[in-house]
Amino acid sequence: MKRFDYLAPQNLTEALQMMADRPEAIPLAGGTDILVQMKEAQRPVEALLSLKRVPEVHQITQNGKLTLGAAVTAGQLATDPQIQQAYTALANGAGLIGSIQIRNMATVGGNLCNAAPSADTAPPLLVLGAQAVIVSTPGERMIPLEEFFLGPGRTVLQPGELLKEIVVPQPLARSGSCYLRQTPRAWMDIAVVGVAATITLAADDTIAEARLALGAVAPIPMRTTAAEKLLTGHTLTDDLLQEVGTAAAQAAKPIDDLRASADYRRHLVNILTQRALRSAWAKAKDSQGA
Amino acid sequence: MEYELNLSINKQPVKITVEPHLTLLEVLRDHLTLIGTKEGCGTGDCGACTVLVNGEPVCSCLMLAAEVERQEITTVEGLAVNDELHPIQSAFVNQGGLQCGFCTPGLLMSSVALLEQNPRPTEVEIREALAGNLCRCTGYDKIVRAVQAAEEVEHV
Repeated sequence: MKRFDYLAPQNLTEALQMMADRPEAIPLAGGTDILVQMKEAQRPVEALLSLKRVPEVHQITQNGKLTLGAAVTAGQLATDPQIQQAYTALANGAGLIGSIQIRNMATVGGNLCNAAPSADTAPPLLVLGAQAVIVSTPGERMIPLEEFFLGPGRTVLQPGELLKEIVVPQPLARSGSCYLRQTPRAWMDIAVVGVAATITLAADDTIAEARLALGAVAPIPMRTTAAEKLLTGHTLTDDLLQEVGTAAAQAAKPIDDLRASADYRRHLVNILTQRALRSAWAKAKDSQGA
Repeated sequence: MEYELNLSINKQPVKITVEPHLTLLEVLRDHLTLIGTKEGCGTGDCGACTVLVNGEPVCSCLMLAAEVERQEITTVEGLAVNDELHPIQSAFVNQGGLQCGFCTPGLLMSSVALLEQNPRPTEVEIREALAGNLCRCTGYDKIVRAVQAAEEVEHV
């Protein structure tokens, strides 16, 4: 690789000061995207700012809400029993990234900031109502994750800004979630279509609220509120699932590329939406409440 | 710009000065002559460069050496003890879990990490744990049998 400056802050304050001094510096967490881009695509990099020694972005806190430091790894998310139980879609998505080796390095912050439309933690975090905490030397701002992505590889982060953490609210009682994706290979592949779903059940087992998000079928990971609303107040039936699957497929904006045709992607959105909803519903039925 | 690193490799302290653009793989092979770890792709897809950092498998081709200071690194050279093969190595030999051998160091490290956490994995669990290690020669069948044959391993 070409030489670059390696910045090694010891805490968040130092990191932000270094980013203010060197706005061209790119944050380095797991390195599984940026290093590949530097090697394969010859991405020009003047400086990397290592987050390895910044404790503030490595913490997972569960106290009601779930706060994930940006440098928490996919492996941590995939294997944490509480996350598997209460934020299942997130554990699903994180557990599908790459391989065990990659999951031991790749981070949730990196997955989001790399902003691939197919990012596997994005649809789960969207349906779980996540917010992004962005910091810089002037201060801190918090935005809904829906507002974070601008396009393939682009986020709202300005020079000098760092994604510090992701905050996920505590799921409501009788909620379940699921993330499924389709890939040509069993592992080590990029989602052709990804679907995340959450369902919250009312006391009479009708759906109080449902959320759906799609990955790899639009320039950015996207919610499908029109399809979601079809579920509110109803019991889950095969007919309703087909209706929702069709609506989600219509909302998707896929392209033809070497992985799949747009038609096939729409077909997959329909199928995976139905499967993800069934799974989320089953988890909601089984859940024991807040 | 040079970076001074304190590493622990196969339980030995190693002090080395490197330029920060070097990956752990490059430092292991080119600076420390630990050439057991191989470069298959350089982009984290094939797993030939797998080493353990604090017992966890990672792709050393995507890890800057400067990122692993003060971490415990285990390479394939750290498996055998005093010329006695590690049980996983014996199992690969006895079961014929290799042909050209290029992917083998990476597979041994992933297998060791798997068996450390799960001494009696099912076939599905083995194949999933080794999904990040590609082999072009064997078709994986004897690799899986080797992992199944390995006895409970000592903590590496």
